[in-house]
Amino acid sequence: MIPVIVVFIYLAVTLYIGSIAFRKSKDNTEDFFLANRTIGPMVFFMSLFATNMTAFAILGSSGLAFRRGVGVYGLMASSSGFMIPLTIFLIGTRLWSLGKRFGHMTQVQFFRDRWECSGIGTCIFGLSVAMLVPYMIISIMGGGRVLHDISSKKGDDGRVVMLQVMKDGQPVMVEQKTPVKGEDGKPVMIPVVKDGKPALTPDGKPVLAPKMDVKMVPKMEADCYVSFEIGAAIVAIAVTSIVFFGGMRGTVWVNIFQTLLFLLFGTVAIAVIGGKLPNGFASYFTEMANDPAKSFYVTRERISEREFWSYTLIPLSSIMFPHMSIMCLSARKVSAFKRTVVLYPLAIMAIWLPCIFLGVIASQVLKQPVPPGTEDGVLLLLLNQFAPPVLAGILGAGIISAVMGSDCHQVLAISTMFTKDLFQYYGGQKKYGEKGGVWFARAFIIVLTLVAYGVALVTATNIFELAIRYAFSGFAAMAPVMLAALFWKRSTKWGALASTLYVAASLVFYGYLQYHYKTGDVIVPGAEATSVPWLESAKVVGDIRVMGFMTVVPMVFGSAICMVIGSLLTRPPSAATIERYFSKTATTEIKAGQPELTPAA
Amino acid sequence: MKRVLLVLMVLAVYCLHQDFWNWKNAQLFSILPVGLAYHAGFSVLCAVMMFVLVATAWPEHLEVEESEQVPSSRGEGH
Repeated sequence: MIPVIVVFIYLAVTLYIGSIAFRKSKDNTEDFFLANRTIGPMVFFMSLFATNMTAFAILGSSGLAFRRGVGVYGLMASSSGFMIPLTIFLIGTRLWSLGKRFGHMTQVQFFRDRWECSGIGTCIFGLSVAMLVPYMIISIMGGGRVLHDISSKKGDDGRVVMLQVMKDGQPVMVEQKTPVKGEDGKPVMIPVVKDGKPALTPDGKPVLAPKMDVKMVPKMEADCYVSFEIGAAIVAIAVTSIVFFGGMRGTVWVNIFQTLLFLLFGTVAIAVIGGKLPNGFASYFTEMANDPAKSFYVTRERISEREFWSYTLIPLSSIMFPHMSIMCLSARKVSAFKRTVVLYPLAIMAIWLPCIFLGVIASQVLKQPVPPGTEDGVLLLLLNQFAPPVLAGILGAGIISAVMGSDCHQVLAISTMFTKDLFQYYGGQKKYGEKGGVWFARAFIIVLTLVAYGVALVTATNIFELAIRYAFSGFAAMAPVMLAALFWKRSTKWGALASTLYVAASLVFYGYLQYHYKTGDVIVPGAEATSVPWLESAKVVGDIRVMGFMTVVPMVFGSAICMVIGSLLTRPPSAATIERYFSKTATTEIKAGQPELTPAA
Repeated sequence: MKRVLLVLMVLAVYCLHQDFWNWKNAQLFSILPVGLAYHAGFSVLCAVMMFVLVATAWPEHLEVEESEQVPSSRGEGH
């Protein structure tokens, strides 16, 4: 119960900070959505970082390392450390400048103005919202799950008390696979058979896999003080309150506290868990390296080179997420970006390195069994096993911080987009004014969170996980559109439309394949039996792969090609627009908070 | 020339991310597996790369525009 109390104290502090921001707020949309573009350098860095970090950075990373080993750091963290600051440097600073000059508050306002077209903005708006809303819903689910997991009850032996999951009065049964061990205690390896024939490696040797014993067992879950439903409701209420009252200013102020908490999380967790382990960390890694069945934990055997390279394109999505680009507009000065881009790779390392390190250690030291599909909980199990309750609570608050920091910005971004790109753009501005816009946004935040919470309770998690998996590729594939808008004078609305439609069609196509094929299925085989298939559902992870590459590769390059061909085949934007966006001598006077945008006829 | 060198630097750092030579290396570097230690070092290299970019290729014209802006108007073209 102590960890839950600590987390509630944390939530109370965040609400108090949000309430101070409310007292400073003014009734205009620029203040509510962008804190009047007055965020200073250090606060900007901390808030931008909190915007981008989700529970995945802590729980998902350790869970993935638990399954696939230390290679996850290079796959996701160091590639993000390279790509995200670079895109903030190239794109974020330009967006900030244009936003400050022309009064843009959303990407859509920029795209509409840059390409003199209402429809392209509405099209990108639809795609962005479709990709962002599932992300927001799963953040609420993640918050509920974390609160549920850290409030687990412990038995006399120190283990978490487990209960059978029941449905209609009957226990729910699940398949459990365990490796069969030989007399020497090592897993028994058997040849893999594919399409009735033994599978062979490229050098002609038979592919071996551990022999598995499969049996049906009752599904178990931890007995907790806070249920998933109550936990999700608490997180949703806290997020709504901060955003409703504080807007961008409240969210940013709370982010400072949150970022400090989760940046400290990893170091403290390593120190506490390391201090309680019977042997040093190095002995566990040496043991894994010397055991062929475990050596994949300390190498990259479970990650293909094509997947590893493909993943470097995924962080292109970061700056294209509406909540990230909107956050970029809130800086007081462009110099705020300097510190941010330099510190960003180090901050990513401060969170991801300890979490991945501990995820791998968890595979060796956890007393509690970890059923397939629940690997994201290994860090919480480690904390339960090794950390004193108060510390487990503080670390739990660090995880909740990561959930809420990003969730607040997602809610605010969706609300900003609906208010500026739909409500005010299609007449609300003239009819209800700035004050009306702020109250529309606040009402929308409540409705949005209520709907998201309701959906989170009745829908299976894996549907949203699927949506998010492709949302990252989708936003990454929209990066060529942004780059063209900022740096290529000849780019046109038709090129942008072609790219957007290509991305939307790709999402539907790959999502359909993902939904209909099982992990390991070959959809279109390669030219030869031993070559990489053209299209498959990858082994272990189950993602769709095109010639072994992640779908982000054809999506990003396809989008870029559509942009180029679509632009070259159509008439360029007017000279006036080119002058506005690219000339260093043009002068444009726009009043604060009133972008020069009107709906197209 | 400066721009070319900076682009080459960014490309070189990007290539260093693909450390295929560490793929099956299970040795330890202190308490970290070599592959993990390498990428921790790579993260520090990224910070250094960004520092160099900020120091030598910062979009100065955006700062100029910023200083020219007045509260009620949105300044010069870009």
